[in-house]
Amino acid sequence: MGVARSPAPLAACLLAVALLLCSGAAPAAPHIPADGNQVVERLPSRNDPAQRELGRLRAELSASPGNVRLASALAQRYIEQARIDGDPRYLGYAQAALAPWWEQGQPPGEVLVLRATLRQSTHQFPAALTDLDAAVRRDSGNVQAWLTRATVQMVTGDFSGARASCMRLYSRAPALVVQTCLSNVGSVNGQAAASYRQLLDTQASHPLDAPGVRVWVATLLGEMAARMGDTADAEAHFHRALAVGEPDSYLLGAWSDFLLDHGRAQEVVRLLKDKTRVDALLLRYALALQASGSPEAGPQAETLRIRFDAAMLRGDTVHQREQARFELVLRHDPAAAVRLAKANWHVQKEPADLRILADCALASGDAEAARIVRDWLQSSRIEDRRIAATAARLKVAT
Amino acid sequence: MIELFRCCLLAALLLAAPAWAHKPSDSYLTLEVRQNQVDGQWDIALRDLEMAIGLDQDGNGELTWNEVRSRHDAIAAYALARLKLASAGTACPLRVTEQLLDEHSDGAYAVLRMHADCGTAVATLDIDYRLLFDVDPQHKGLLQLKHDRQVSTAIFAPDNARQTLRVLGGSAWRQFGDYVRHGIWHIWIGFDHILFLVSLLLPAVLVYRDRAWQSRDTFRAAALDVLKIVTAFTLAHSITLTLATLGVVALPSRLVESAIAASVVLAALNNLWPIFHGRRALVAFCFGLIHGFGFASVLLDLGLPKAALAVSLLGFNLGVEVGQITIVALFLPLAFLARHTLIYRRGVVGAGSLAIALLALIWLAERGLDIKLMA
Repeated sequence: MGVARSPAPLAACLLAVALLLCSGAAPAAPHIPADGNQVVERLPSRNDPAQRELGRLRAELSASPGNVRLASALAQRYIEQARIDGDPRYLGYAQAALAPWWEQGQPPGEVLVLRATLRQSTHQFPAALTDLDAAVRRDSGNVQAWLTRATVQMVTGDFSGARASCMRLYSRAPALVVQTCLSNVGSVNGQAAASYRQLLDTQASHPLDAPGVRVWVATLLGEMAARMGDTADAEAHFHRALAVGEPDSYLLGAWSDFLLDHGRAQEVVRLLKDKTRVDALLLRYALALQASGSPEAGPQAETLRIRFDAAMLRGDTVHQREQARFELVLRHDPAAAVRLAKANWHVQKEPADLRILADCALASGDAEAARIVRDWLQSSRIEDRRIAATAARLKVAT
Repeated sequence: MIELFRCCLLAALLLAAPAWAHKPSDSYLTLEVRQNQVDGQWDIALRDLEMAIGLDQDGNGELTWNEVRSRHDAIAAYALARLKLASAGTACPLRVTEQLLDEHSDGAYAVLRMHADCGTAVATLDIDYRLLFDVDPQHKGLLQLKHDRQVSTAIFAPDNARQTLRVLGGSAWRQFGDYVRHGIWHIWIGFDHILFLVSLLLPAVLVYRDRAWQSRDTFRAAALDVLKIVTAFTLAHSITLTLATLGVVALPSRLVESAIAASVVLAALNNLWPIFHGRRALVAFCFGLIHGFGFASVLLDLGLPKAALAVSLLGFNLGVEVGQITIVALFLPLAFLARHTLIYRRGVVGAGSLAIALLALIWLAERGLDIKLMA
């Protein structure tokens, strides 16, 4: 006999039916292109060095399946590619590479950390932490496990846990990595100015040459400065991050948010015109179009709506933060927005999550959302100019 | 240093990955059932097909329609090997009739038009979906099943690759009738429910007096006892069946199934060593609550028509009662006639209850410990 179901799948089914029946999830119309030479899709080229390396690793792994070292290397490359490209398919490919160990309770250490990384990418934070706890229990010197653990704890708002994880990096990782980890926590936990200054100092005294680290540090510094309202410094940090190489989608999103906050929507339109495959960047592109009064804003928002509907059809909730912003700013539906922002807050508690919750609370007059924002501001002591301004208006409003 | 470089890339990724992605891999499958015919349309992203079987022959990253067209046979073979339809245990072989192209919000998709003949009119459709799961375990198949202008949906994922969907009858009456039949069928094949009821009913034609079972004098007294037990059981399982189906309460299925087995053990043992005799209606009510959860899981597995939730719930419940009353109607006259005999008291009530208790104990062990004792 089957499973005594929880109410969630039933509700999800009802929702899915409603969506299927009345949404425009249906595409244009199936057809046969008139011209056989017409380019119908752009794919990663096989001549691209990254694709060549992936192909080589895939071939090596299929020659010796069950080789955990090869499988981990391939999974790691896929995860990096997902970050650069923003295509979550690579995360699925990474999971497939780890398939022989995926269901194991006690897989090898490198698989534990990669599995945690993939699990957190679909917001399975408790499961990710379980894997990471097992990894550090087995090897307390596993730098990657501690760092990933700190990140997951940060996202879920466990700042003391995150700080403890960062501390375990001392003498195991370079000083700049340790300080970036700690400053990342401190900057949203009551020590914004000190965290910022310490990170700047460490960057000067113990620089690291790896491009990945440079982008990471500069992006974080840009976000910290922006939260404190140091516009010029923030812009300088973002420029430094953008200069390292082809910017990843996270950096593009953070930089776009900064530009949008400062009334520079035109620059965002130019920056993201060709990056709209990534949902979060399409959102910022549509926001920028709307802010600059472009007639293109409507069609782009419609594309975004179809993507969100498709995500809900498959039962994904990883887009709730973006979806709340979409409902609030592009669809002018504060009631729907605050519902999403609150659901998102249950799962993740980064500054961007608090900010959208505060914006939604103000627009909708939702007392519960307002209370969550006030309580979190007080307990976390996060310093953020814009959230503080919204919170001040919330106090007046309620 | 390489190791460190990697680790920091990962750290940046962790901050970045969740919300910064584009749409993950989905396929869109539409099946329309008319009598024994199934027409289908399956939209599969060209990007996914490239990963699975390779489409971009010159590898330049620009996929032309000619390149796609030259791989049509391979696409059809790949897809059809990963989608199996069956109706009532008989396979419905699919074939691709046409291949087109379409744009979704995240890129171009191959559109496969398909057809299958199931031989007989389709009442339930078994769907086995395995597309891309070996390549990308995060892939999902989104199904719309259409029949008589009604639509039901399902999501296929690696842990949910086989599903059985009910093709709904046209009118509400027919649906109602379908669910009544399901209810009857379920009580007939659900041995645990029958054995629980029978265990409680066996002594109904007897009365426990002076530490021994004695015959009841009148049929009326026996029938009244049966009526009380059946009513209590019905009332209880109707309550939980409704609540669980509507999603108001939910219990883990292992717990429910184990508790049902335990209820059979207790009811049977009570006939050998009466502990709650005279309060059997109360016992029927308490355990009836648990059995209701069991019925609900069956009803939910059938795939509820969202438009006619109340009709199907009522129909299913009614079917369960009809099945129950049939059992009672067969049992009561025979038992009443046989109540004086030693065969009934020793053989049926004694040995029968012992056999039921043993069988249910095995169920309890299997369900509680998740092991297999019987083939």
